[in-house]
Amino acid sequence: MLEYIFFSTINSLLYGMLLFMLSSGLTLIFSMMGILNFAHASFFMLGAYFAYQISQFVGFWPGLVIAPLLVGVLGALVERYGLRSVHKHGHVAELLFTVGLAYLIEEIVMLIWGRNAVPYQIPNILDFALVNILGTDLSAYRVFMLVVSIGMFIFLFLVLTRSRIGLIIQAALTHPDGVSTLGHNVPGVFMLVFGGGSALAGLAGVIGGNYLITEPSMAAHLGPIVFVVIVVGGMGSLTGAFIASLLLGAIQTFAVGVQVSLSDLLALFGLTPEPSGLLKDFLRIQISHTGPILPYLFMVLMLIFRPKGLMGKRET
Amino acid sequence: MSLPAVKLTDVYKSFGKSRIINRVNLEINTGERHAVIGPNGAGKSTLFNLISGFYPVSSGRIELKGREITNLSSHQINRRGLSRSFQVTNIFPKMSVFENIRCALLWTTGYRYSFWHLCGRLKRLNEKAEELLEKISMTERRHVPAGLLAYAEQRALEIGVTIAGDADVILLDEPTAGMSRSETERAVSLIREVTESKTLIMVEHDMSVVFDLADRISVLVYGEIITTDSPDNIRNNTRVQEAYLGKESA
Amino acid sequence: MKKKDKKGFFMWSKHGLWIAAMLIVIILPFFFRSGFSRSMLSQIGIAIIFALSYNMLLGQAGLLSFGHAVFYGLGGFFTIHILNTVSNGVITIPLELLPLAGGFGAVIVGLVFGWLSTERAGTPFALISLGIGELIAASSLMFPSFFGGEQGISGDRMTVFALTGIRFGKQITIYYLIAFWAFLSIVLMYLLTQTPLGRLANAVRDNPERASFIGYNPHWVRTLQYALAAFFAGIAGGLFAVNYEIVTAETVGFIPSGNVLMMTYIGGVGHFFGPILGAVLVTFMQLSLANMTHAWLIYFGLLFIGMVIWAPSGIAGIIMLHEPVWKAKLMKRLIPSYALAVFPALILFLGTVMFIEISYHLSLSVDPTAPMHLFGIHFRAQSLFPWGITVFLILIGFGLLQRAIKRVRQSWGEVNLIMKKESS
Repeated sequence: MLEYIFFSTINSLLYGMLLFMLSSGLTLIFSMMGILNFAHASFFMLGAYFAYQISQFVGFWPGLVIAPLLVGVLGALVERYGLRSVHKHGHVAELLFTVGLAYLIEEIVMLIWGRNAVPYQIPNILDFALVNILGTDLSAYRVFMLVVSIGMFIFLFLVLTRSRIGLIIQAALTHPDGVSTLGHNVPGVFMLVFGGGSALAGLAGVIGGNYLITEPSMAAHLGPIVFVVIVVGGMGSLTGAFIASLLLGAIQTFAVGVQVSLSDLLALFGLTPEPSGLLKDFLRIQISHTGPILPYLFMVLMLIFRPKGLMGKRET
Repeated sequence: MSLPAVKLTDVYKSFGKSRIINRVNLEINTGERHAVIGPNGAGKSTLFNLISGFYPVSSGRIELKGREITNLSSHQINRRGLSRSFQVTNIFPKMSVFENIRCALLWTTGYRYSFWHLCGRLKRLNEKAEELLEKISMTERRHVPAGLLAYAEQRALEIGVTIAGDADVILLDEPTAGMSRSETERAVSLIREVTESKTLIMVEHDMSVVFDLADRISVLVYGEIITTDSPDNIRNNTRVQEAYLGKESA
Repeated sequence: MKKKDKKGFFMWSKHGLWIAAMLIVIILPFFFRSGFSRSMLSQIGIAIIFALSYNMLLGQAGLLSFGHAVFYGLGGFFTIHILNTVSNGVITIPLELLPLAGGFGAVIVGLVFGWLSTERAGTPFALISLGIGELIAASSLMFPSFFGGEQGISGDRMTVFALTGIRFGKQITIYYLIAFWAFLSIVLMYLLTQTPLGRLANAVRDNPERASFIGYNPHWVRTLQYALAAFFAGIAGGLFAVNYEIVTAETVGFIPSGNVLMMTYIGGVGHFFGPILGAVLVTFMQLSLANMTHAWLIYFGLLFIGMVIWAPSGIAGIIMLHEPVWKAKLMKRLIPSYALAVFPALILFLGTVMFIEISYHLSLSVDPTAPMHLFGIHFRAQSLFPWGITVFLILIGFGLLQRAIKRVRQSWGEVNLIMKKESS
């Protein structure tokens, strides 16, 4: 039991930090530009695939740096030559542009790397058990992931609080309409934020791609979850995104291990109803199987009862 | 002694830490034309937004014809017979002039959320819309999308949309702002005509319009009503001159 | 005498389009005789209803939904369950009316989800719709007694008695059943735009604040509009169930939701007939391109992105842009520049197709070293020569198209100038 709790905690922390690497970029982009970027998880996927390709030539470590940079440049180009020209058609067109982009990236990835998962593996140097805790090995790569994601977290924090561009971004977060009046090069800042956010997603892809599975559907799987994170956290709030990432990571990770259904629960009280049809299905659902729906249930309830999200200051 | 059309009791409104409306008490008599004046930023539009349910009040009580309407939503207040116009023209820009008027008539003619009537076939509705178009002298512009109208025309349409529902309490927020002399004159006579036998509350900057139309005037300064009186008394009130008229004429 | 003629013409122009459409629908299967094309026509009919119902949200009420297939799929499931109940002799409903089961089932769900999700429009609505869509899709595997698990729920329409006495065995009979429902739905959805609720949906889309000051609750207007859209999506789903006699959990999923969004948008959301064009074009593309090339999803994606960037008002928008020009009899001034643009566009298109097909052959075909053929020409994808041609075509096409577009802009400028002069 203790072992289950310990490893679930580690796993949920890992998953949560991965989610935060994605949701932080998405949050920055949304609060600065008002765009809900549906292609954000696609940049995550591209990070994984780029890293895989680079690791084929020169190994994992150069990829750790090059892949996120490539994804960042790609993101900046998308902003400059795609989004900016759609901007005049309004928010719906911007949103749909990113939807189309996500769709296209998935197809292109399949075109280049095929429909099946690619063997993107963790580097040999980190492929060992770092410590043995409570009879189970804790792999070095997980610890490495944790270090990278925490490092990124600190880096992001420093950039936002210490640098000039960070101060502009912060101003934009709190006063979304005021930035353009400050006289900064707004289009330039937009491009930088979009590129930077994409690079963060790319980095998450590099270290997450070999932890999860690098396949063409990975963006479609993770994308909606990241939306859930930023809605639950409160749109535009980085702190909220952080809390929500960890929360959702925990919910999904812990739910997997709970093999309990409502009928088990009722049995505890000596009740053994034998209904048929939908009710039977409902009673038989095990908590461990609810993993896929929990985030959405959480999000829908949140939007209905607390539209601001956990930490949001404004309504979505 | 009839009930007041609108009655505000100890109404406060704050946004964050700044208090915009500070203990306003006001009674508007049924059938009178009442103007609210005051320097910029005094909270006149906020007052309108509170009465019409656009913002909730921080505290206090608002009554419409003797029934409490505090913090009801806009559409509920509208259905009880209060209608308003906006300082910035607020119509349906993509619809034609005629459609604008017809939409504004739908609720009170009883069609509500109907999806089993065809608007084009509703004779009474279309006749009423025609009458109203005539009233605001826009019959000839009926097919023009409202967003393409000239400014003064949009203001006239705004008044048309506001009075269409036949509310007996009408709030007009700066109906003549930005108009030329002749346009203002026409607007004033239109307002006079369409608010006949109704209660009118208006915010207005043009003093000649105010003194021309209003039966009584309230002066709002820094969220407080400093006085409510007849136009003549307001003209001679030294506090008002200090706070408002003096500045304006200087 | 002359006046009467004019009135006759007016009647024709008012209802003529509908009559012509009906005639086309009736005679179409006589021109398309193969099983494939008739089943495609059936699918198009279903897609038209679905896309028009989607536009009741996006176009008419300004609600961008990512989960409209929930009602399509649920409509299918309701219908197939009722169909099976009828087959078992528990109740008696003629086959022709079964799609209504989908419609009414969907409307009830639509009222609930509509009320929950339409308090605010814009981004919150889009996100809630995505959430609801994922929620239903993800829970479909948890409720096998309703969704039938992996293999779905199937039925047999031949066991249900038909009101008209027709045996609905062959595709053509089902085609006419779908055509009937499609035609009825199109007329009803068109009439709905003319009702108080339809007008108010537009009003709430453009200015919810004002709508509430003429007595309407925007939330309730959206909810009703949403429920009605769900009704027609449910009808479409019901027809799907009757057509294929099987409904799987995929029908409630993200793919049909995204699909209907794309067809509606490509067709054009600003005009009533736009989604019809989109449904016809996209369904045709999906079915016929899928036969021609494995890379059709890429073409589809490129088309969608291209529309978002260059023609956000859709095909209908492009057509209607020419209406005033047509009326002013100035089309002849535009046509030469259009004709000039066709050539480079074709070159660019050709180059792009070659590029995609060759890449596709190289990475995804069973044997990349086998010679491939394109437009009747056989070549090896590994040799540099085809790549060179591809790049050459793309560059030349792109360059020439830039110049052609300049010409088109120029002639538009001239036309606009003339029209302005004439109107003043």
